[in-house]
Amino acid sequence: MSRKRVWKTSSIVSMVLAVGLVVMAILVNTTSLSQQTWLRVLFGVSALNFALRATVPLVLGALSGILCERSGIINIGIEGMMLAGAFAGFVVKVATNSWPLGMSLMAGVLAAVLIGGVMGLLHATLSIRYRMDQIISGTIIIILAAGFTAYLFDRDAVAEGKFVAMPIPGLSKIPVLGEVLFNNPPLTYLALILVVVLHVALFHTRWGLRTRACGEHPRAADTVGINVNRYRYMNTTLGGMMAGLAGGFLVLEAVGQFQEGMTAGRGFISLAAMIFGNWMPFGALGASALFGYTQALQNELLLAGVVNVPRHFISMLPYVVTIVAVSGFVGRVRPPAAEGKVYETESSA
Amino acid sequence: MADQPIPALEVRNITKRFPGVIANQDVNLKLYPGEILGLLGENGAGKTTLMNIIYGLYHPTEGEILVRGQPVVMHSPKDAIALGIGMVHQHFQLVPVMTVAENVMLGSEAVRNGFLDVGAVAQRIHELSSRYNLDVDPYALVEDLPVGVRQRVEIVKTLYRQAEILILDEPTAVLTPQEIQGLFQIMNLLKEQGKSIIFITHKLKEVLQVADRIAVLRQGKVVGEADPRTATQASLAAMMVGREVILTVDKKPAQPGPVILEIQGLTARNDLGEPALREVSLTVRAGEILGVAGVQGNGQTELVEVLTGLRPALGGRITVQGKDMTNASPRQVTEEGPSCHVPEDRHAYGMVGSYSVAHNLVLNTYYRPPFAQGITVNEPAIVEHASRLVKEYDVRTPSVLTPASSLSGGNQQKMVVAREFSRPVKLLIAAQPTRGIDVGSIEFIHNQIVAKRDEDVAVLLVSYELDEIMALSDRIAVMYKGQIIDVLPREEATREKLGLLMAGVHPDEAASSA
Ligand SMILES: Nc1ncnc2c1ncn2[C@@H]1O[C@H](COP(=O)(O)OP(=O)(O)OP(=O)(O)O)[C@@H](O)[C@H]1O
Ligand SMILES: [Mg+2]
Repeated sequence: MSRKRVWKTSSIVSMVLAVGLVVMAILVNTTSLSQQTWLRVLFGVSALNFALRATVPLVLGALSGILCERSGIINIGIEGMMLAGAFAGFVVKVATNSWPLGMSLMAGVLAAVLIGGVMGLLHATLSIRYRMDQIISGTIIIILAAGFTAYLFDRDAVAEGKFVAMPIPGLSKIPVLGEVLFNNPPLTYLALILVVVLHVALFHTRWGLRTRACGEHPRAADTVGINVNRYRYMNTTLGGMMAGLAGGFLVLEAVGQFQEGMTAGRGFISLAAMIFGNWMPFGALGASALFGYTQALQNELLLAGVVNVPRHFISMLPYVVTIVAVSGFVGRVRPPAAEGKVYETESSA
Repeated sequence: MADQPIPALEVRNITKRFPGVIANQDVNLKLYPGEILGLLGENGAGKTTLMNIIYGLYHPTEGEILVRGQPVVMHSPKDAIALGIGMVHQHFQLVPVMTVAENVMLGSEAVRNGFLDVGAVAQRIHELSSRYNLDVDPYALVEDLPVGVRQRVEIVKTLYRQAEILILDEPTAVLTPQEIQGLFQIMNLLKEQGKSIIFITHKLKEVLQVADRIAVLRQGKVVGEADPRTATQASLAAMMVGREVILTVDKKPAQPGPVILEIQGLTARNDLGEPALREVSLTVRAGEILGVAGVQGNGQTELVEVLTGLRPALGGRITVQGKDMTNASPRQVTEEGPSCHVPEDRHAYGMVGSYSVAHNLVLNTYYRPPFAQGITVNEPAIVEHASRLVKEYDVRTPSVLTPASSLSGGNQQKMVVAREFSRPVKLLIAAQPTRGIDVGSIEFIHNQIVAKRDEDVAVLLVSYELDEIMALSDRIAVMYKGQIIDVLPREEATREKLGLLMAGVHPDEAASSA
């Protein structure tokens, strides 16, 4: 009971914060308040744009975690799946440089998603078929991806072109909000849509109901004829695809090129966002936005030349916020009850 | 049965082996359409295993199953459900964080345009619920529901799937007498509609009342069948256990000593935040058994939880041997009471399923010598202690190193009782100590409780079984809506008087004597 109340208050608090942010953003960007460096750093359009860009890979990673863990498989390998996806997207993009840009980018995204899915399937196989500890299996995924991508990466390869902003007619003309929300490249829209889709799927479809049952009480799911491990394979693979998409976003939309270790801990921050968001898609979006915003802040502060705070502290900001948020909330969120536990039964053998 | 119709279900020569145990051996059973087959057997006799085989959860090592005359092979419960077999499991198979409607439809979802049609399911639940007097709210969260209601949700689950063959594995273990009569009505209704039911219970009275035929399992084998019209409780008990069982408790008059447990004006809330205890006051003396009678859900669970430190008291005082124990931690309660506690829900509070039987048996003492040596545990001592208790309390397990979760339900209960009773204490709090236990073991546990009393232990016994309360108690307190509405000496407590009090009716003459 009290748990529910906590979530009520926390969603109210985040609503209030979001509204406050919108109001401030509109004020700062349309009035003379934009003269104040601090206000500009906090609420300028460029800060908000950056925040959204930083949020996308985090929220996709968090959705990946939700997909796996809601079915009962812990996925700490998001970082690796992302990196593998990013690399695959890059390789295919380079290989298809001669194609029309749109098709070449689409091929890149497809490759990223596919390789992410393969990594997810590998994680599922190790943890279900071979009953490997899921933390260890996840670690293997990370090491595997880091090693392979570094080894195979051709530093001379260049991807030509990346996704560009596609303003949504009409909506993008709204002052401030339009610029931030409705003038983005396609994968950003896709990520936001996926949040809604996953929420609806988890809580309003047969697949979602069964997935949650597998993560909470696999035996109960089994006794009503649900093949628990099949759902776990499927969801972990889907989760891998989601992480692969996050990697694809980094290469094909955000940066345009691949760099060694370019995920830079985003997979882990998305895990934190998943926990902080209580394994809910919208919660994960809120948490990712918070972490993305602090990354933007770090960037804007450095750009604005704020010198009275040592830059190292500014660079620490996103990580500190992550740690504080997660450690303050761990006791209040509730992970799926059966996550990380192997489910064995005679009937699914 | 002169002209034998085709059985709805038949098992032929079923054998099931687990590592170290033969759970079923060459079992043959027939279940005819429109009959209720009572299945009896000691704890660990193999009843649940056999049912799990019929339901497709386990595969038989040998033997075959026929449904409506056709041999079938079931790979998973899905196949069983498709064949019209439904099962209410001995341990609930409900997802606590989901609503009743979600639990009911899980696996057989109602879907409209690709989305779950919760409204349609809720509608269907309402129908079933009013037709069979089940009274379940489709939108309630299962974790907020008391055990009795959860049981009804399980029944709704099978009815929702339109099962023709129903397996009820100890469905009455957690129900109140009224609810049990309600269940029997449902069962008879289903029977009239031509459905077949296998009904497992440890309460002999119940099979005699409701079954058309009775089969008895002992150590995995069918040892015989009985006709409820001619069988008696004593004959059934003897058949189950293989010896004469004394069904009444034989005890000397109590010699009450000083007050051990004193409860004054205790108040507390339940999980929903509603008042569950309203100014409860009770005393229990050394050498007496105070029975708390009442219909389930009248605050008994909360009372025990507050006494054992699992739930905060909002007001009032608890003293044990003169020491203030209000809102003490569970460790303080066990150590300083010193008291022990047989919890109502053995899975939630009584045991750790993945631990071995031996480790479960030292859960309340592992931190003390001889089980602790400095910072390490003394495994040989633990195993030796466990071997002794397992033998003394007749816990049927292949070894003390077996994980507790693979024991049969009744043997898990016996393990918990063995642990709690094996420590020297001044106060014993027992909530439903014989839930799910066979008659032979009930006899043993009842004798143990009386022996504790005779050792000058103060015993607080909470039970929803009026028979158990009447058999053991020296004084009987009746709880109703969070209050103790009366405390009667055993001699004055007739079944009728208690029945009225449990329903909240305070007879005048009882009021004047209180
Ligand atoms: N999954 C399992 N692995 C190993 N042994 C098991 C398993 N399930 C049951 N057993 C063993 O099989 C035997 C029969 O158990 P079962 O649960 O069928 O008994 P039961 O008749 O239902 O008893 P109760 O009345 O206590 O519920 C027991 O000795 C038990 O320890
Ligand atoms: Mg059983």
